[in-house]
Amino acid sequence: MKNISKKTIAPVGRRQFLKSSGGAALFIGVSGLLPNLISCTDAKGMQGQLAKHDVTAWVRITEDGQITIYNPAAEMGQGSMTALPVIFAEEMDADWSNVNVEFSPQESDIYGSPGWQPGTKLMFTVGSRTTNSYYTVMRKAGAQARYVLLHSAATHWKVPIEELTTDSSTIIHEKNGKKISYGDLVPYLTMPETLPDFNDGGLKDPKDFKLIGSQIPRTEIPQKVDGSAQFAIDLRLPDMVYGVLERGALHVAKPTLNNESDILAMDGVLKVVPFDYGIGVVANTLEAALAAKKGLDISWSDAQASGFNSQKIYDVYAQMASAPEKGNTVNEVGDVGQAFRTAAKTYEADFRNDYVYHAQMEPLNAVVQVAADGQSAEVWVGSQQGPDTKLGIPDLLGIPHEAVNVHLQYLGGGFGRRSMNDFVLECGRLAKEMAPRPVKLLWTREDDVRYGAYRPLTLQRLKVSTDAQGNLSSFSHCVVGDGGNLVASGARNDHYAIPNQWVEWREASHGVRLKHWRSVGHGPNKFAIEAMLDEVAHDQNIDPVAFRRTLMADSPRALATLEKVAEISAWEAPSPEGRAKGVAFVEHGSLGTGVCEISVDRNTGKINVHHFWIALDAGVVVQPDNVKAQMEGGIIMGISSVLKEQITLVDGQVQQSNYNSYPLLRMQEVPDSIETVIIPSAEHPEGVGETATPMVAGAIANAFLKLTGKRLRHLPFTPDRVLEVLNG
Amino acid sequence: MASYSLKINGTSHEVDVAQGTSLLWVLREHVGLTGTKYSCGIAQCGSCTIHLDGNPVRACVLQVDNVANGQEIKTIEGLSEKGDHPLQQAWIEAQAPQCGYCQSGQIMQAAALLEKNPNPSREEIKSHMNGVLCRCGTYLRILEAIEMAKEKTNTTS
Repeated sequence: MKNISKKTIAPVGRRQFLKSSGGAALFIGVSGLLPNLISCTDAKGMQGQLAKHDVTAWVRITEDGQITIYNPAAEMGQGSMTALPVIFAEEMDADWSNVNVEFSPQESDIYGSPGWQPGTKLMFTVGSRTTNSYYTVMRKAGAQARYVLLHSAATHWKVPIEELTTDSSTIIHEKNGKKISYGDLVPYLTMPETLPDFNDGGLKDPKDFKLIGSQIPRTEIPQKVDGSAQFAIDLRLPDMVYGVLERGALHVAKPTLNNESDILAMDGVLKVVPFDYGIGVVANTLEAALAAKKGLDISWSDAQASGFNSQKIYDVYAQMASAPEKGNTVNEVGDVGQAFRTAAKTYEADFRNDYVYHAQMEPLNAVVQVAADGQSAEVWVGSQQGPDTKLGIPDLLGIPHEAVNVHLQYLGGGFGRRSMNDFVLECGRLAKEMAPRPVKLLWTREDDVRYGAYRPLTLQRLKVSTDAQGNLSSFSHCVVGDGGNLVASGARNDHYAIPNQWVEWREASHGVRLKHWRSVGHGPNKFAIEAMLDEVAHDQNIDPVAFRRTLMADSPRALATLEKVAEISAWEAPSPEGRAKGVAFVEHGSLGTGVCEISVDRNTGKINVHHFWIALDAGVVVQPDNVKAQMEGGIIMGISSVLKEQITLVDGQVQQSNYNSYPLLRMQEVPDSIETVIIPSAEHPEGVGETATPMVAGAIANAFLKLTGKRLRHLPFTPDRVLEVLNG
Repeated sequence: MASYSLKINGTSHEVDVAQGTSLLWVLREHVGLTGTKYSCGIAQCGSCTIHLDGNPVRACVLQVDNVANGQEIKTIEGLSEKGDHPLQQAWIEAQAPQCGYCQSGQIMQAAALLEKNPNPSREEIKSHMNGVLCRCGTYLRILEAIEMAKEKTNTTS
């Protein structure tokens, strides 16, 4: 890999941002809808101008040719610190070796990408939307920056702007043989009266891309190998104190503290703060706070989840799936009932999915400082939620939105868990009590596991029919579980030409905390769909790839991923003795088909995944190597969840508490290889972070079916369950 | 409270903390060496891996009382002068980290291996690294990086 340059990155809050912009510099920015350019040679003058225009900027150019581009998305390992600046630099025609990247200030009005509603803006790093939602935003902003530079050179040289071209941070006037670098142009910068909006063309033709699609090392990686990358948990401020909470293993149970005076008498303890669902303690040191937490004597109330046994609920769910009343319709095509009644053959199967937990390596934490007068607050946090709500802190303190300053830090994993702000609100409450001292709140791993917000437990009942030719004539998918879209996402089949389809959700509610978990409902639903397809293909004696080839006839892009993965995995070639391959397709923005090769230890029930192959169509790929890294990580997280991970509740009490009771996949269990082929495309980029994970369960179950003739229908495929199926 | 003298990355540090305080909290919150990470607190994940007299250990389960007797403590901050240890270079070349949170522990665990065994087999690497978890799933790139660093060290020495 070509190492283009080593970048420096520093997270920046709005105030720091303004402070750090001293020296000769130019900002090309956007204030509301109006572009502004601020050029000045002294820091004081610029501060004044910035204050006057309320400008925040996408880029800063200095006379030494250094270019700083501001990244508006959270960085949780998905590569936003590189992908988004690369898109901007591409259209600006910047010399990447002189580009530095910093986090943008957390201001959605300026740095947001299109939100859920037309005309709204959002800084929300979820749903694999980083590149997908910012691609056009960054291209246009980069093109506007280039236009300002062109305009300035044209004015400086007194030549028509049309005669100028750019190449790698240089403006060229071919006719007069003149060249000027972007840095040298800084003293001559002028703002055009109007800026093109690039809504109707004027952006680069993708075939002319120089940076997009090339191998550019991730800008923040050097900091992640020498320990200097700063996560919120690493923050240390003068006079800082430490907060912890004890929460129940029964979610939202109310606490009664029986020994408050004992706790307050402990060394270093400053305050006890009761919450509806827990008891907070603030102390001078982290160790004192944790000792106090351990010493809390709390009685817990009952809660909705009291009496709930997660592994026994499946019988209830199966009964719910059998009830005559329909649930909420998710998708309806044709008439499944009619197709089922006239079918040559019908199939029915239930698939089960236990709760799973995020297990991001950095436990939840935040640092909040509330001003002595309670009228402003500083928040340091690794959050996927961004500044849109300022993480609920303005409402909590009853102060205006703009009085809260969010300093975004690197996220030690997100996977959906950091799109909630429960932990930030807790820290805000403690900080309010301790104002103006900053409070660092830490969740222990035990807190993080037991008071998690899980991917919901579900049952999928699939009913499928085939016609006389063996073609699928109908596909019914009933999801039973808690959480609405959390359980329903991914249950549709938009790339399989099945004439009659029905998807419904039947609602359960248990009082267990739930949240988006990487790929959301796609994990359980794609498992059920892809496993069901192979059960039918197996019964009809049709090859699983051939079976899908027919179904994908109307979806050429999906089909291309199937054909490509069949090729690179040598699908037709027999596997070594004792091994078998399985295939699964997933759409999650991008389209991907995966093939795995597994073996099974028939004595222990342990499944080993030896290889994984993926063919992916993600539209334009900004960073190919990073997309491959996302595929590798997605597959490994998938294997981990599919083979090992399980949250269980007995009488509403979460049974797991740390990595010893909630094991993750380890180095010795990873496949020998994960190979990804990216299908070239000029289409708009689609998200890639959640496409690989949902392939895993179906691919493994299908390989298992081929290898053993038996069906795995309950996630996770733990050795005990595998043995039960093998011996059943 | 008690006073302890710790030898960390070749420098002596005096700390006043309660007896029995975890070395991890001392490093992170008292000394300010935050490259060593907390993740499980029970020696299950390896995020807090440091070297104690050259051996890879989990700082979370060590008490300060037991490491203040002249032992050499090395953290990620002390692994190399400029972040250019062969493993750190290989980590960048392989583009190993994603979120990056576990990587200090991964690198410290790997460094201890190469110091004792400059030419480990793939199976030896996997076995040695098995105690350090990565949720982003970067294991294959970590393996690649260790093998790269091994090659480089062996050809230059």
